Amino acid sequence: MTVWVVLGLLALLAVIGIAAYNSLVVSKNRVENAWSQIDVQLKRRNDLVPNLVETVKGYAAHEHDTFEMVTKARAQMVGAGNVAEQAQASNQLSQALKSLFAVAEAYPELKANQNFLMLQEELAGIENKIAYARQFYNDSVLRFNASIQSFPNVLFARSMGFSEKKYFEVPEGEREVPKVKF
Amino acid sequence: MYQQIASNVRRSWLLMFVFALLIGMIAYTFARINGMGYPGVALAVLIAIGVTWVSYWYSDKMVLSISRAKPLAKEENPYLYNIVEALAIGAGVPAPRVYVIEDTAPNAFATGRDPRHAVIAVTTGLLQKMDRLELEGVIAHEMSHIRNRDILLMTIAVTMAGVVTLLSDWMVRYTWRSGRARRRDNRGGGNGAEAVILLAGLVMAILAPLFASLMQLAISRQREYLADSSAALLTRYPKGLADALRKIAADPEPLEVANKATAHLYIYNPLKDSEGHMDRLFDTHPPVTERIKRLEAMTF
Repeated sequence: MTVWVVLGLLALLAVIGIAAYNSLVVSKNRVENAWSQIDVQLKRRNDLVPNLVETVKGYAAHEHDTFEMVTKARAQMVGAGNVAEQAQASNQLSQALKSLFAVAEAYPELKANQNFLMLQEELAGIENKIAYARQFYNDSVLRFNASIQSFPNVLFARSMGFSEKKYFEVPEGEREVPKVKF
Repeated sequence: MYQQIASNVRRSWLLMFVFALLIGMIAYTFARINGMGYPGVALAVLIAIGVTWVSYWYSDKMVLSISRAKPLAKEENPYLYNIVEALAIGAGVPAPRVYVIEDTAPNAFATGRDPRHAVIAVTTGLLQKMDRLELEGVIAHEMSHIRNRDILLMTIAVTMAGVVTLLSDWMVRYTWRSGRARRRDNRGGGNGAEAVILLAGLVMAILAPLFASLMQLAISRQREYLADSSAALLTRYPKGLADALRKIAADPEPLEVANKATAHLYIYNPLKDSEGHMDRLFDTHPPVTERIKRLEAMTF
């Protein structure tokens, strides 16, 4: 009799354990998927930057400092390894692009260039997507971290190799989605 | 959020089941009244299954074609597509396709059976009258319908409520005519049981469409507040949607392609007839002033 009760309890525990483990795996995969979304957008932006620089150069060849800043930020972006570095480099590139667009304000012919306008809309769109991808990533991290820190997962999550994920952090004032007017 | 999705998926199945049952019952009474026996019952079951099947696979296409929505290519409006794609990333769903309705009244809806087959339809009026932040608010509202799996629930409600209405209307007419014909044949010789079934069938046929449309309206009213708040959470900027709702409500033009069946899909009642009247039961949407008030009370 007692043997069966013990066996039953063990079986119940095993089922609960498997369910908890599986939900952790799903939650972890969501975080990774969310990260790849940011990555895709960052790559697309990096691919567009040389195009943009070339177009602006054609009209504003002597804005060396700005070009250099953009090029350097882009190179850092390519070399960035972990989440923290990538967040840092990404913000630098955003800032550099902002100054590049600010420079463009001084050149009426450039502002009328069809190719430039297209690149501007595309980059504004990507900035927006990066912001949303970042938000989705952080939401997923929040859920994942909460689930490994709460009972009963907290008892075994760490020993099974689940550890807290890092947020994609942004300096204050950058939280707002870029407001672009056309 | 994920519990919300699961419960909406369950609700969709339940709704389809209830509607299938209703359609089956109407068809069954119809068969009994007209003395079709077992083949009639089989026919009723077939009709119920057939309608459910069609409404699952085709209701989104029907709704799009009733609303005269045309697909929009990305090159035609990269600005709108960028907003849609960005919000899809934020909501964690695949980017939906975008359709446009040629109409100056600003409005929008979402449809499709799951996020992979989702469509967002916007009117040209919406694109002209909203600034970027307001447009983002509206698209975020529709994106929340997609993510919360409201779209299947709300879209099948259109088709199935429509079928119930059509079927019972048809049945009442047919029975009325053949009933009179039969009375003439046997000069008042009908038995009591037949009369009871006939009466019950008629009462049901008359009440079914009312029941169907009340269900349809109750579903959508309840979904709107939730989509509003999810949209605010998605954009982290509730004012955008609040401003958009204010603008849409203030716009005097009704949307020509909308009708009673599809009205509840839109972000704001496109028929513009129910604001302010006391009959809450028949409203397609919660009052817009209440929606705006709730949005403005949110802070992030």
